[in-house]
Amino acid sequence: MTTPGLEIDRVSKRYGNVVALQDMTFEVRPGELFGFVGSNGAGKTTTMRIALGVLAADAGEVRWAGKPITLETRRHIGYMPEERGLYPRMKVAEQLVYLARLHGLSAPAARRSVDSWLERLGVAARRDDEVMKLSLGNQQRVQLAAALVSDPRILVLDEPFSGLDPVAVDVMSQVLLEKCAQGVPAVFSSHQLDLVERLCDRVGIVRAGQMVALGAIDELRAGGAEQLVVDAPAAPPDWAYQVPGVTVRGTEGGRLVLELAPGTDDQAVLHAALATGPVREFARRRPSLTELFRNVVTEHTENGKVVAA
Amino acid sequence: MNPTELTLGNAAAVRLIAGREITVRLRSKAFRVLTIVMVVIVVGLCIALKLLHGTSSATKVGYLAADRGIASALPVVGNSIGDTIDTVQVTDEATGKQQVTNGDLDALLLVGPNQKLGVVVKKNIDQNLLHAVNVLAGQIAFDEQIIALHGDPAKVRAATLAATANVQPLQPPYPYQAQQLILGVVAGVLIYVSLLMNGQIVAQGVVEEKSSRVVELLLATIRPWQLMAGKVAGIGIVGLIQMLVIGVAGVVAGLATKVLTISVSAAVGTVIWLVVWYLLGFFMYAVVFAGLGALVSRQEDIAGATTPALMFLIIGYILGVSILPSDPSNHLMEVLSMIPMFAPTVMPIRLAMGGVPGWEAALAVVVVMGLIPVLIWLAARIYRNAVLRTGARVKLRQALRAA
Repeated sequence: MTTPGLEIDRVSKRYGNVVALQDMTFEVRPGELFGFVGSNGAGKTTTMRIALGVLAADAGEVRWAGKPITLETRRHIGYMPEERGLYPRMKVAEQLVYLARLHGLSAPAARRSVDSWLERLGVAARRDDEVMKLSLGNQQRVQLAAALVSDPRILVLDEPFSGLDPVAVDVMSQVLLEKCAQGVPAVFSSHQLDLVERLCDRVGIVRAGQMVALGAIDELRAGGAEQLVVDAPAAPPDWAYQVPGVTVRGTEGGRLVLELAPGTDDQAVLHAALATGPVREFARRRPSLTELFRNVVTEHTENGKVVAA
Repeated sequence: MNPTELTLGNAAAVRLIAGREITVRLRSKAFRVLTIVMVVIVVGLCIALKLLHGTSSATKVGYLAADRGIASALPVVGNSIGDTIDTVQVTDEATGKQQVTNGDLDALLLVGPNQKLGVVVKKNIDQNLLHAVNVLAGQIAFDEQIIALHGDPAKVRAATLAATANVQPLQPPYPYQAQQLILGVVAGVLIYVSLLMNGQIVAQGVVEEKSSRVVELLLATIRPWQLMAGKVAGIGIVGLIQMLVIGVAGVVAGLATKVLTISVSAAVGTVIWLVVWYLLGFFMYAVVFAGLGALVSRQEDIAGATTPALMFLIIGYILGVSILPSDPSNHLMEVLSMIPMFAPTVMPIRLAMGGVPGWEAALAVVVVMGLIPVLIWLAARIYRNAVLRTGARVKLRQALRAA
């Protein structure tokens, strides 16, 4: 086992009769980018708030480097809350210096860090403007700077990509990868699953307060049912329903997407397709994260089962 | 990976938060304008009073060399009726009248035949001077009658002066002076306005952080009580600076224009009590306002949430300024001034008026100081439970109960 990073260990939280989190467990290893996905209200924000100590858990523990996290160690976390928040009437640079100092940085160190991050994120020209006078995109960049100015050892970012333009998304991705290269464990939640798929080493999918799938993206995809994409232009619309072990998942640009039950012979499917006329395309593929996600969150399993650990 | 220790002690955290509040407040235009306006009002009031009372409190009366004897009695008479009269000898009647015309003299005393008193003034005679001159004329007439009866005017006067009724108060009343009453009302207004304003600013600040969601970012690095304490301390310090500027400007202006003729030590005492009661009142109300402010998420809802606390403040103030000036030793007000919720608005008025027994002043301070920790505990609990719940107003009972 490598050095432990950020561990969320069987964390539970209830609001009255509503169970927000139940035995939420996962680990973000040092230098790992962890994607946290799930529908709205699944418990992502609650988990992050508990990790930050903004919210108290009913049960369970959050550890960093093997030790329960404290207010002192939390100062090393760079946090971007889902609900963006900055003082609207405070100047950009002044505000960031203040936030960095709350993390324990000295005033000169805070100023240096703020200058370099504002430059890096392309908002140095607005340093003396009040935050409320900035465009939404620039406010997002300042918010990101707020998470980074304290030179964090852990990154916890709730929906960091929402509201960013494509250029900012690139900057953000780059920054995340760079931080991970420095050995910082980073966890972020997002609904942009293609982005998660592209960036993350591992993902966790949550549903109704429980982790229902957890692992490296390739592992998760390998665990999903195999798919076939078939382009048979002359075939009648219902040809595939006749083939045993095949489920029709839908069409993509005129091509049929099929899912095979385990043990189904794909050659039998090819024969069936050829029997209808010409076949222009016949490809095997693994489901995308989006499909996995859709399957996992719609699956009616009361006892969400962890696919891999 | 062995991270460098980032440390931020309690004191440093509170100082950092207070520092931000102070900079932001001192820089705000509204704060500066308000402070300047208040200073102008207080200083202007002194100057206005001064102009109303004339340029000098002493009335200057000229007399001719021949009338020195009678003129010398005038200041004595003036003194006995509470008016200061200075007498100046003039060379002749024409010069004297000239000086009255150009304002160097307030009046010219002329003694006609048979010691008939005459006074030359520019337009209207000062009421106090008229009274003094009439009393003097009466004495002269009285003396003449005594002489006519072969008596000794000096002896008669001594006998009259000695014959006074012996008043024996069972509880010696405190000699309230008009000036102290004014001082009391001014102190009351100042402390009320200050508590009201700064209390609301605390509530607004809490809601600002809540509605802009910045509070979540703050609470990821510091504890709720540190945030609340820093905010209250910062705004309190700014309020104190404001209060001192206004208070000192007022006292200096009052003493300089001689509108305030109480001793400097009494004036300083008033300012010190004002500061003490501002601090006590502020901390008591500010923590309550911070707790109540945390219940709501929108600036528009602040008034509704803080009304219960405001009522105590307003009731104390209204009763204080409406009852005390006419009845300084009112029993109800004596009692209210020692009840914590009302003490900050009532006690400073009583203290500025004077005559508050030491034990009452001390008791009021003690009960308020005793209540403050309880309020801090309650407010911190409400604050901690409610500050992250945005949206609908959080019920007070809910906020107190939730762990």
